[in-house]
Amino acid sequence: MSPLVYGLLFVVVAPLFGGLLAGVDRIVSARMQGRVGPPLLQPFYDVGKLFEKETRQVNPVVEPLLLGHLGFMAAAGALVLGGTDLIFIAFVFALAALCLVLAAGSVNSPYSFAGAERELVVLLASEPFFILMLAAICKVTGESTFQGVLASPVLVALQLPGVLLAFLFVATIKLRKSPFDISTSHHPHQELVNGLTSDMSGRLLGYVELAHWYESALLCVFVLLFFNWSVTLGLLAFAIAYGLEVLVDNSTSRAKWQLVLRSTWTVTLLFTGGNVLALFLLAR
Amino acid sequence: MSHVSLFKRSPWILHYDGSSCNGCDIEVLACLTPLYDVERLGVVNTGNPKHADILLVTGSVNERNIEIIQNLHRQMPDPKVVVAVGACACSGGIFARAYNIQGGIDHVIPVDVYVPGCAARPESIIDGVVQGIAALELKHKRSA
Repeated sequence: MSPLVYGLLFVVVAPLFGGLLAGVDRIVSARMQGRVGPPLLQPFYDVGKLFEKETRQVNPVVEPLLLGHLGFMAAAGALVLGGTDLIFIAFVFALAALCLVLAAGSVNSPYSFAGAERELVVLLASEPFFILMLAAICKVTGESTFQGVLASPVLVALQLPGVLLAFLFVATIKLRKSPFDISTSHHPHQELVNGLTSDMSGRLLGYVELAHWYESALLCVFVLLFFNWSVTLGLLAFAIAYGLEVLVDNSTSRAKWQLVLRSTWTVTLLFTGGNVLALFLLAR
Repeated sequence: MSHVSLFKRSPWILHYDGSSCNGCDIEVLACLTPLYDVERLGVVNTGNPKHADILLVTGSVNERNIEIIQNLHRQMPDPKVVVAVGACACSGGIFARAYNIQGGIDHVIPVDVYVPGCAARPESIIDGVVQGIAALELKHKRSA
């Protein structure tokens, strides 16, 4: 199959994957708390309901921006599988997040605005890592596309164990898991109400959820890049990583933004920078 | 237009405490614990009126919270349902004659389901929510 077909396939399959993952996440979280939890398809019911409900737009730019958020998130994944240069993906990924920040910042709600500001902080924390990660993967394999990396004889995870560890850390931000869910909260009655999504109702919230499913699928694709020898191995690694994220989510309280920024940059610098530096020194 | 709506599978709740003694609030929160686990039914306690389908009010209306209750109700997108939980929310309860109490929640916003009890038991709160879901479906069908 041509890369183009894979790209289109991502657009169709990723929401199903992300939605099921969210369903498993909620069941596993519930079991960790000694509860039964919702049905597996609950996230699909939720989003379906959101599209049935009345939508109130506080500012007319919100819907186009959120469609941009959804579109760029889907495009980022489609472009990876479509064989585009990997470094380019980091910027499309950031652009998608920026659309969400603009949408949340365009309304008057102080919670939404605080959420937008905090999302900018987590972007500042996570983006340098993603660019470094993708650059490092391209460097060790000598390839610049998804298909190229998969076909490479070098097992990326063996070359870049430090970057993989840093990825686990930074993915907590992107998966919106505690302690790094500072820009939004999936739990009620917290200081931020729902942060970014406070002022979004009906289908607007539906777009954000759908985009998050694409985001989860994209993170899974990133894990596949690390375990490029076998897709099965990659999926298994993603399952373990996601399980750890859920465990962390259920056992930590939310951090302050200063801690998020400092710790993410420290981890990025130590593990990613250290890993790349070690490879450079060994190669000399 | 007739189609199966998803409201019954995904009722999101906003809980507001009027002038409750907190007895009913504790029972509402008990519904979320492992013993009752309302998330089984897809219920989410949102804390955000713009995401909520069901407004669950405990306690009666007093002078100071009339506007707050009306505001929360206005901020909820349609279709929406109000469930009054406990004797105070239904009628003012034992505080009905207090100088600051206006009466039950239906003094300020239309109530769809009344859940009696002092405090209301978790089982009856869940039953009230389930009846609220039926009312939600009905409103959705009428508007469609």
